[in-house]
Amino acid sequence: MTFWLLLTVNSVTFGGLLFLLSAGFSLIFGLMRIPNLTHGSMFMVGAYLGTTLLSGALGVTLNFWLAAVIAALEVAVLGALMERLLLRRLAGQQLAQVLVTLGVSFMIADLCLMGWGGDPISVATPPHFSGFVRVGSAVFPLYRLAVIMIAVIFAVALWLMLERTRLGAMIRAGVDDPQMARVVGIRVSQLFTIVFGLGAGLAGFAGMIGGPILSVYPGLDQDMLPLALVVVILGGTGSLIGSFVGSIIIGFIYNFGQALLPELAYFILFLPMVLVLVLRPQGLFGGQIL
Amino acid sequence: MSNPVAAAVSVKRVAGALAVLALIAVPYTVKEVYYVNIASQILLYAVFALGLNVLVGYAGLVSLGHAGLFGVAAYALAYMLAAGAGHAIAIVTALVVSLAATAGFAALSLRATGISFIMITLALGEILWGLAYRWISITNGDNGISVTSRPAPFGLPLDSARSFYVATLIVYLIALAASAIFVRSPLGAALAGTRDQPRRMNALGYHVWMIRFWAFMFSGLLTSLAGILFVYYTQFISPQALALTASAEGLLMVISGGAGTLLGPAIGAALVVIVKNVVSAYVERWNFMLGAIFVAIVVFMPEGLVPGAVRLTRAAWRAATRQKSAAAAAGGKQ
Amino acid sequence: MSALVVRALSKSFGGLHVARRIDLRVEPGERRLIIGPNGAGKTTLFNLITGELAPDSGSIELFGRDITGMASRKRTHLGMARTYQIITLFPHDTIAHNVTLALLGLSPLRWNPLIALNRQRHLAAAAGAALERVGLDQIAGRRLAQTSYGERRRVEIAMALAQNPKVLLLDEPFAGLSIDERQDVRKLLAAIPRDVTIVMIEHDMDTALDLADRITLLHFGEVIVEGTRAEVVADPRTREVYLGE
Repeated sequence: MTFWLLLTVNSVTFGGLLFLLSAGFSLIFGLMRIPNLTHGSMFMVGAYLGTTLLSGALGVTLNFWLAAVIAALEVAVLGALMERLLLRRLAGQQLAQVLVTLGVSFMIADLCLMGWGGDPISVATPPHFSGFVRVGSAVFPLYRLAVIMIAVIFAVALWLMLERTRLGAMIRAGVDDPQMARVVGIRVSQLFTIVFGLGAGLAGFAGMIGGPILSVYPGLDQDMLPLALVVVILGGTGSLIGSFVGSIIIGFIYNFGQALLPELAYFILFLPMVLVLVLRPQGLFGGQIL
Repeated sequence: MSNPVAAAVSVKRVAGALAVLALIAVPYTVKEVYYVNIASQILLYAVFALGLNVLVGYAGLVSLGHAGLFGVAAYALAYMLAAGAGHAIAIVTALVVSLAATAGFAALSLRATGISFIMITLALGEILWGLAYRWISITNGDNGISVTSRPAPFGLPLDSARSFYVATLIVYLIALAASAIFVRSPLGAALAGTRDQPRRMNALGYHVWMIRFWAFMFSGLLTSLAGILFVYYTQFISPQALALTASAEGLLMVISGGAGTLLGPAIGAALVVIVKNVVSAYVERWNFMLGAIFVAIVVFMPEGLVPGAVRLTRAAWRAATRQKSAAAAAGGKQ
Repeated sequence: MSALVVRALSKSFGGLHVARRIDLRVEPGERRLIIGPNGAGKTTLFNLITGELAPDSGSIELFGRDITGMASRKRTHLGMARTYQIITLFPHDTIAHNVTLALLGLSPLRWNPLIALNRQRHLAAAAGAALERVGLDQIAGRRLAQTSYGERRRVEIAMALAQNPKVLLLDEPFAGLSIDERQDVRKLLAAIPRDVTIVMIEHDMDTALDLADRITLLHFGEVIVEGTRAEVVADPRTREVYLGE
């Protein structure tokens, strides 16, 4: 019984982490109509940068949360620069943009290898959250529950941003109808840079938050990117609710799959994605066809 | 200028013949086994790139999952050989299994085009990678499957680097010839048409889906051959060969060489293999270089090296002839 | 037996009705002109007839055969050819290749992966003949990207004629052409023999009017007036449609 409970909590935690990762991916895909193949790389870079900040790179040993935020900001800048310098040159050529993100992901992966070496780096759980919570006979790591809370907070914050702010309105307009948005006076290319930066930053933040659970290692980008892809296809591009629900579903499939049918784990993970793409290309919640 | 078109065609033919002769001469002129092996690698990846190019260059469908099909052929072959089958049976089985997988791939991914196609093929490639990695009872997981021998077609053993190179060269030349025939055929022209104006082709009476399906099968055939060559070359197969990076490298080969050209795949394969093996001996970070080259080509020379080189050569030729006639005119005036 | 019969054809996108119970009957050899203001649903009607768009209700018959649910490409094989308002040709290829593709679409050769296309003399000859009909045989080897707009319009027509259609649908064949070019195309269309039935959408009344036997006026997806040239021109509803209420 405890085994299932623990698995469930882990699934929800992983789902929360996936949400932080995929929300940005979904926004970028919905707005710019491209799957950002550097998204896994951004996740990984955020984690690496966070660990460096944690260990006192700035001469000061930082609090875990501060390190996560600063790392996220750095990754956001990286993302915005990439959009501004590379993707914008290929405006309108989605295929070329996807290929550029592919090439950049190679570059980032190698730079990380250069900078942090080939050994996995474990990230210490932040001190106040390294304890456990006891519910009956079950013991849950406090940090995992914290991750769930963070994911929920971000989900609400993002929702508020999209529904209540001007930026959010512009993003929603851009997702619905980019040409119309331009006609109405929205600076779509500026919006692209902002959203790309935001998405990258979120991924970087997620990377650091996930550090204590997944640690950081070369290849983390390759592990996380397909998951973001699956979540967004399942949940629908450009849909926040879709990313949230999709993340939870994939969190469960991933963890339960690994536990029960390890040999077919990947198969079970990607099958829903393939089915959705084949049967209902707009995903469970998305309104627009890919 | 008597007949520039005829002149260009015969220059191309002579150059082509010279290139083939040069390729045949490699194992006899190059001393170091290491470089002969590099050449074999280039050729087998050139076959892979030729296969991917059928889809990317001629059908206009970018696949990010082709390493999966490569891997199916490779694993099927390795599995059969490890189970004790003879080479002929193992190769035939590998081809049949891999073509079946290709048909499945095609049926699922041809429901979409454009970005959706990329995503479906990416997902399918990941599924195959995941199966290779996790279905340990069949694939041996991360440990991979080792193969202990190479075939001896017509009684000629392929164990030496030189003989294997010749066999690989023959397969590449056959693949190249098959591609050339296909591209120049009515079906090839129809395929190119579906790339440029799919709606129009439909209205003109073509069965667009079916044309793409057969192109996919042809692509799968070439990819399978490459996978088979790979296993005999490395004597080993592991899940790494099906990873997303492998598919991405294949794409890099096609695009850097020039998608939709016949020689592009070989040029692209040479570029990637050389960077990976030879350059990496001098420069630490070859993945970074690959990525950087990829980005540079997509941004600055999207048509790839072959058409880009053709374009630059034509421009230089035009500039030269302009200078010549300007000089002649100036000379005439005096 | 009529060449083309459309019965109560309807199509709507959400609340937008682009075709409302359209009835059309075109006799073999007839020259039918479809007119109407922008947005009247003329091109949509063509898309429904060729099968590029599926109707919500109604039926379409080609020489007595029900083609309502039939795939677009099959209708082409039954003798239906069409040109487009917006030119959708193959820009990287020569004019001759463009026409060859149109010919190949109807030939079983299109599935052949072994023979060389440019060695098929009969296809090349047929393409040449089609280009000659439209006066473009001199520049058959030119790449489409290097031709003028007027020349491209004629390539479109050559491609459609090359298919030896029984029913030819022309979507604004004069659009964007100069006065001289219009006369050339007009002569070309007038010369098409009566074993080809022509349905034409056109805005330019001066050029198109005397090509037409009967005229159908569409507005907001509905047939407003139909009849001979004289009948339609005299009908007060025609003026209403064009000048507004």
